[in-house]
Amino acid sequence: MTVRDLVNELGLKVFSGEKGLDRQVNGGYVSDLLSDVMGNAGEGMVWITLQTHRNVTAVASLKDLSAVLLVKGLKPDEDMAQQAGEEGLPVLGTDLQAFEIAGKLYSLLNLT
Amino acid sequence: MQFEYEIEGGNFSRAGYASSEVKKKLRQLNVDLKIIKRVVVALYEAEVNVVAHAWSGIMRVDIDRGRISLEIDDEGPGIPDIDKAMEEGFSTASPEVREMGFGAGMGLPNIKKNVDKLNITSEVGKGTKVVMVTYL
Ligand SMILES: Nc1ncnc2c1ncn2[C@@H]1O[C@H](COP(=O)(O)OP(=O)(O)OP(=O)(O)O)[C@@H](O)[C@H]1O
Ligand SMILES: [Mg+2]
Repeated sequence: MTVRDLVNELGLKVFSGEKGLDRQVNGGYVSDLLSDVMGNAGEGMVWITLQTHRNVTAVASLKDLSAVLLVKGLKPDEDMAQQAGEEGLPVLGTDLQAFEIAGKLYSLLNLT
Repeated sequence: MQFEYEIEGGNFSRAGYASSEVKKKLRQLNVDLKIIKRVVVALYEAEVNVVAHAWSGIMRVDIDRGRISLEIDDEGPGIPDIDKAMEEGFSTASPEVREMGFGAGMGLPNIKKNVDKLNITSEVGKGTKVVMVTYL
């Protein structure tokens, strides 16, 4: 499943990083602590978070995550959106809270 | 092969820059991807610690056939009790830094898990030196 499939299936917003929409998604990780993601997330995962600053982009790129998904209607800060655009890292959004969107992502990934 | 980067204390908008430059270099050098992944975790944590806790620093990377040696040398407040700092969950990060999602006290434990050798020396009021080695 690609990030684009996810956007279509879950009705997500795409704030930035459209270039990366064909990346492969192989799981997800929910956390608002950067060192937790740094230590425990894996390549290709979607990072579900409420953090909206550019350090999120830095961590996601260093870890080769497939996308960042912002919850509760949050929008990326301007510099986060800009950096994600340059790096082709999709920054997505949903109005749902983390538990709900993680549940949907989980069942979606397990169906395919 | 050697290279070095400056790290600015307090400047979170540049945090991670040096680590991502090193990642690119290691890719160009065709270092094993698994090793790159681990080294990048350690480097980023050490870089962010300078940004979050110190005033300024230098990252030095030295690669040869058998190993990658990484040194992050900072001017800063130093670490009074290194064993304590190594404990998972220990953090003196400010409320502002925590709000950004740093300050979980997981950085140094992440470093330890992702390099083959780690040596930290520090002088209170002067600075901290983190030396990490990974064998290729
Ligand atoms: N370069 C440094 N200079 C001064 N103090 C440091 C330095 N690196 C670490 N410390 C001290 O050690 C503590 C633990 O560091 P560690 O990286 O494990 O956690 P953290 O930086 O507080 O949070 P996290 O890394 O999870 O965002 C820090 O809170 C700080 O007190
Ligand atoms: Mg840290």
